[in-house]
Amino acid sequence: MDRNQSRRQVAAMKQSLFDQGLLDEQFIQLEELQDDANPNFVEEIVTLHYRDSSRLISSIEQALKERNPLDFNKLDTLMHQFKGSSSSIGAKKVKAECNLFREYCRVGNAEGCMRSFQQLKKEYAALRKKLEAYFQLARQAGPQETACRSK
Amino acid sequence: MTLLSNNMDNGCFSSPRHDAFPAGLRVLVVDDDPTWLRILEKMLKKCLYEVTTCCLAIEALKKLRERKDAFDIVISDVNMPDMDGFKLLEQVGLEMDLPVIMMSVDGETSRVMKGVQHGACDYLLKPIRMKELRNIWQHVFRKRMHEARDFESHEGFEALHLMMNGSDQSDDGNLFAVEEITSIKKRKDADNKHDDKEFGDHSPSKKARVVWSVDLHQKFVKAVNQIGFDKVGPKKILDLMTVPWLTRENVASHLQKYRLYLSRLQKENDQKSSSSGIKHSDSPSKDPGSFSLLNTANNKQQNDVAIDSFSHSDGSLLFQMDAPSHEGDLKGIVSEPTTEKSRTPPISSQMSLNQPFSSLESSEASHAVFDCTIPTQYSWGEFPKGPLKEEQKTIVQLEDSFSHLPLHGTRQHIQVDQSQSNASINSNPSITKEEVAPSLDIKPLYAGYKNDYVSPMSSIGSAVDTFPNQSKSLIVNDQSSEPIFTSTLGLKTHGFDLDCISDLDFYQRNLLLGGEAASAPLEDDLNFFLLQTDWYNMNFGQQNINMSECYDPRLVGEAPSYFYDSSDYSSVDQSLFIA
Repeated sequence: MDRNQSRRQVAAMKQSLFDQGLLDEQFIQLEELQDDANPNFVEEIVTLHYRDSSRLISSIEQALKERNPLDFNKLDTLMHQFKGSSSSIGAKKVKAECNLFREYCRVGNAEGCMRSFQQLKKEYAALRKKLEAYFQLARQAGPQETACRSK
Repeated sequence: MTLLSNNMDNGCFSSPRHDAFPAGLRVLVVDDDPTWLRILEKMLKKCLYEVTTCCLAIEALKKLRERKDAFDIVISDVNMPDMDGFKLLEQVGLEMDLPVIMMSVDGETSRVMKGVQHGACDYLLKPIRMKELRNIWQHVFRKRMHEARDFESHEGFEALHLMMNGSDQSDDGNLFAVEEITSIKKRKDADNKHDDKEFGDHSPSKKARVVWSVDLHQKFVKAVNQIGFDKVGPKKILDLMTVPWLTRENVASHLQKYRLYLSRLQKENDQKSSSSGIKHSDSPSKDPGSFSLLNTANNKQQNDVAIDSFSHSDGSLLFQMDAPSHEGDLKGIVSEPTTEKSRTPPISSQMSLNQPFSSLESSEASHAVFDCTIPTQYSWGEFPKGPLKEEQKTIVQLEDSFSHLPLHGTRQHIQVDQSQSNASINSNPSITKEEVAPSLDIKPLYAGYKNDYVSPMSSIGSAVDTFPNQSKSLIVNDQSSEPIFTSTLGLKTHGFDLDCISDLDFYQRNLLLGGEAASAPLEDDLNFFLLQTDWYNMNFGQQNINMSECYDPRLVGEAPSYFYDSSDYSSVDQSLFIA
């Protein structure tokens, strides 16, 4: 594939992620931090995020299983951490779902929590998949790709 | 000072390390989120700062403690698994007196408020932007400016000498802008591989600033009481104090700290009603609780609150000691956290004796005692846990003794108004440790207390330990003179490290002691200190003053100089002096 074309594809993919509301400004910040010293900074951060967030998801899942009754405080704490992690890469939709979950926790709505969590996992998985495709394409297209976004 | 202004004009940062200021700013980032930690590290590096990262609060504290002047600013997340971010914030403020920025993904007003209350100089919301980080140097600069101002007004001050000794880089060799001195100090410290060298004093990380000696603080408290706690203002205090070299700014900042301290103590006490264990155990030396007065800089905000707490109905801070009988409970006065909350026996002897005490011979002393609150702060760290109990008792005792004093007609309540902002001193009859704790908070107010000063106080603190029974009880109680300050005296040898006290309770104790006591508790000193009016004469400079020697037992029986329960001091002071 011709380089320019690849790069355009990458740019388009990225743009669509933004357009779909999956990513926000933070992602751009990460890209801007990427430089010669850290040429794969964005990916590095996203990888760190995956590690942390998957651990948190497991914990939340576990906590949701210990149902009678649900420990809302614990869930809220875990979700707070998850939200923090999500904010690090700019996972917009996922973050919104986090807020919803926490709201359910706040009012003690177990059903709401469960539902919200399911939705959150879906969003999380979707974003992860798309980002992986994105990075793969970006790697193929060459390093300049990420830096070409002007602010 | 022309010198200062010159320096400042040049940008006090003319020393080599500061030429590029804010580049090279040494930042410590604390966050349990590894992703954010990495991001922040990268961002800060992009700002040309020197970054150190930490994912645990405990580790961060360790790093901060081992190299006192290795950092210029700390950025910390609010929610961390091992320690509450706010707590870390407090401790850093107290111990190291560094500006701390809080951050969180949660931007709820109450949280931000809490951050500010605990002394954060800023609160950032995640996701954090580069531009926000680029400006964090302003907090460092601001602090240095304040210090410079304080320093300036303190020309002849000992600190100055210290600075001079320490700053070989200063052109004029004298007054540097505090920033410069601070930076020089820092650099020197850093250059010297973090040896805890102090410029002649024991506070390696303390910048030069007005040193609020016991004497000075007494004057301050006296003035505050004269004016009336609720009507107090820096100008009025300054006028009453008649200290020529002191500036309004010095007083203002001191007042702020005082208030903050008091209020924090109050809060702490309220919160920890049962926090009995002052963390003596951990204390020694690293107890964040122990906070040196010098660290109170960060507590400015708190000071204001603290002051409120003192507003006693009659203007005096009453230490309310819950104790069923004043006597035994006076312990509470010594904010010795360890002493179990219960110790806050209502101080019947009314700590606030300020007015009433006038009739006491020791009224002077009382004031002195309260004035000493500041120093007590230092001693926290050193407080041996065990003695704390006693201390508390002692304090209580003081109160008791008060009852014996002519005053005892006057209020019998020594209420430690721990609740910081609310001066409901009276409303806190039970001065438990918790209550006392707030008073400890007051200690931070005296950040100005340099270690030197601490000595005297600290000695008091330490002296507490050795206080002979009678002397022990700062409180001049005739009763068992439990060493009031033994624990509180935990004066730290260095820079008021009130390590001993990890929580405010401890602080309280130290309040009285306020001194950075050298390792050896100067209980005797303390006792002596408190008990007498001219405790000033005590060898403050010596941390390990063995009060017993100079201590005159009869002092104990004298007018109960205000207990020096460090923590209580604040309140006591207030009450005492709030006329």
